[in-house]
Amino acid sequence: MSAHANVSTTPPTNRSLMDLAALQREMAAAVMQPLTPDENMRPTMPDGRSTTAVAASFIAPNTRLTAFERLEIYNRQYWYRVLGALAEDFPALRAVVGNSKFDALSIAYLAEHPSRSFTLRNLGSKLPAWVAAHPEHTGRRHRLAVDMAKLEWAFVEAFDAAELAPLTQRKIAALQGDSLLTLQPYLQLVALHYPADDLVIELHRREKRQTSEAGVAHEEVSGAQTAVPRLRPRPIWLAVHRVDLSVYYRRIVREEFQTLEAIRSGSALGEALDAGFIGSRIPESKRADRVREWFGDWAEFGWICAG
Amino acid sequence: MSGNRFNAFQDHGVGIGLRIPHYEHIFSRKPVVDWFEIISENYMCDAGRPLATLDRILEQYRVVQHGVSMYFGSVTAPDPEHLKRLKNLVRRTKTPWLSDHLCWGSVDGAYTHDLLPLPYTWEAVERTVERVRMVQDYLEIPVAVENVSSYAAFTGSEMTEWEFLTEVVERADCGILFDVNNVYVSAMNHEFNPLDYVNAVPADRVAQIHIAGHSKYEKYILDTHDHPVIDPVWQLYARAIERCGPTPTLLEWDDHIPSFDEVHAEAKKAQRFLQPHATELVRAAK
Repeated sequence: MSAHANVSTTPPTNRSLMDLAALQREMAAAVMQPLTPDENMRPTMPDGRSTTAVAASFIAPNTRLTAFERLEIYNRQYWYRVLGALAEDFPALRAVVGNSKFDALSIAYLAEHPSRSFTLRNLGSKLPAWVAAHPEHTGRRHRLAVDMAKLEWAFVEAFDAAELAPLTQRKIAALQGDSLLTLQPYLQLVALHYPADDLVIELHRREKRQTSEAGVAHEEVSGAQTAVPRLRPRPIWLAVHRVDLSVYYRRIVREEFQTLEAIRSGSALGEALDAGFIGSRIPESKRADRVREWFGDWAEFGWICAG
Repeated sequence: MSGNRFNAFQDHGVGIGLRIPHYEHIFSRKPVVDWFEIISENYMCDAGRPLATLDRILEQYRVVQHGVSMYFGSVTAPDPEHLKRLKNLVRRTKTPWLSDHLCWGSVDGAYTHDLLPLPYTWEAVERTVERVRMVQDYLEIPVAVENVSSYAAFTGSEMTEWEFLTEVVERADCGILFDVNNVYVSAMNHEFNPLDYVNAVPADRVAQIHIAGHSKYEKYILDTHDHPVIDPVWQLYARAIERCGPTPTLLEWDDHIPSFDEVHAEAKKAQRFLQPHATELVRAAK
């Protein structure tokens, strides 16, 4: 007799009380609902129903655990996992706003933006914009917090985004004003209110951040609060890029930043350079030299590709 | 011939999960390891260090892919981008088979990133079979489904977990990644005899076996992959090998990861169960 001979090959006609889609929606709603401050499952569901009653409607108790307690295991596991993932990807933001505020901020963000991707790598993709729109979650250092979120998400992108074949020196020399270009997908352009790049590098070093399979990862996320020095606001234009598999932050001038942004948005080279020098104090007589320098750097780093 | 059609007739021996803290040791010492299992999702990016590291590993070692987010039991269709990236990775690694879990974890586009248990119903069988077949056809390599650890059971279940697993793999014509630690964890949490499960699983479909450690709490056991394998799990493994024959075996260690040598030594304990069996086979063949 085979091991599975006792399994019927004909499905019985009686169906379970709740269909699979309804069960999965109900369970996901319960599992993804934020925990109480004591890290327990909430007594009521988002729609006001009793969580105890909802759990009992599809989960069976055993001799040690009620249906509520069994569902609560998954509820806790969900939040430990997603909060841990965000804390790993945004250690500098966490240091700026403080551990408890960061946890509250993460819960509010994830309640609004649950993961929509098969990979946790993308969990923080909307966090920079969300932090910018929610100063109530960041406290006194809101603009620095926004800078940190932008920088740390740029790190994730620069770490493992695609790399195209860059233009050769010969092709760069042949570019015309109507040439259409593309930037390397891994190149991230970030405008900051503070010189936050040095701080992020320092905080990541302290957190022993290491490159990882998932995009970014750390050794254990420390529970200790990290002291953040005071910074004077100063506009910084930054290119976050990748060289030999490592991520680097390169400060560039506003004109170069604007030119690169215009290239990325699809402007032809001539238009992009015009956009780059809007509001510039660089004398007209020196602009050609500056552009030559930029192209030298872009060629060296391989930032520009065929459009 | 060892192996079966669900593991491409491969005799992989005993492997360990490829984990970041071990990279330096692996690249500097080049230890002899039968094979590495990778988490597919960690390498489904476009470029950069993850893929460069994987390519270095592939130059020296055999690699088998194991996924954590295909969610064969989810009612909503898989993300086409996920499937596309997975197939690209399959082409890169040339994995002889690929595994993911018999569970669900996403609904209506929202992901829990957890391995949530399925109710053991005929409807769930149908849904899961459809998805396993679709993924297997798309990837064009053997697919194995892994039994998960679970902490909740459903009032609507119409069969045991092993009956459910059997229905799914027979109808989808796929393999099984049989996790004997998960059997133990679920048996303790759901109060059944784990040997009933091991004795019922279709042995001819077992492509691979997982072993791991877990954490015991007052009222339940969690599948944490952060301890050595306990003796009762080794006993289940021994029985599984007795039924399935020598089977590619993989130790999972995902948290509080000790040194490479410690993890590898723990994995190699499996050989004491595999080698006597192999010796017996050789003796029988003579």
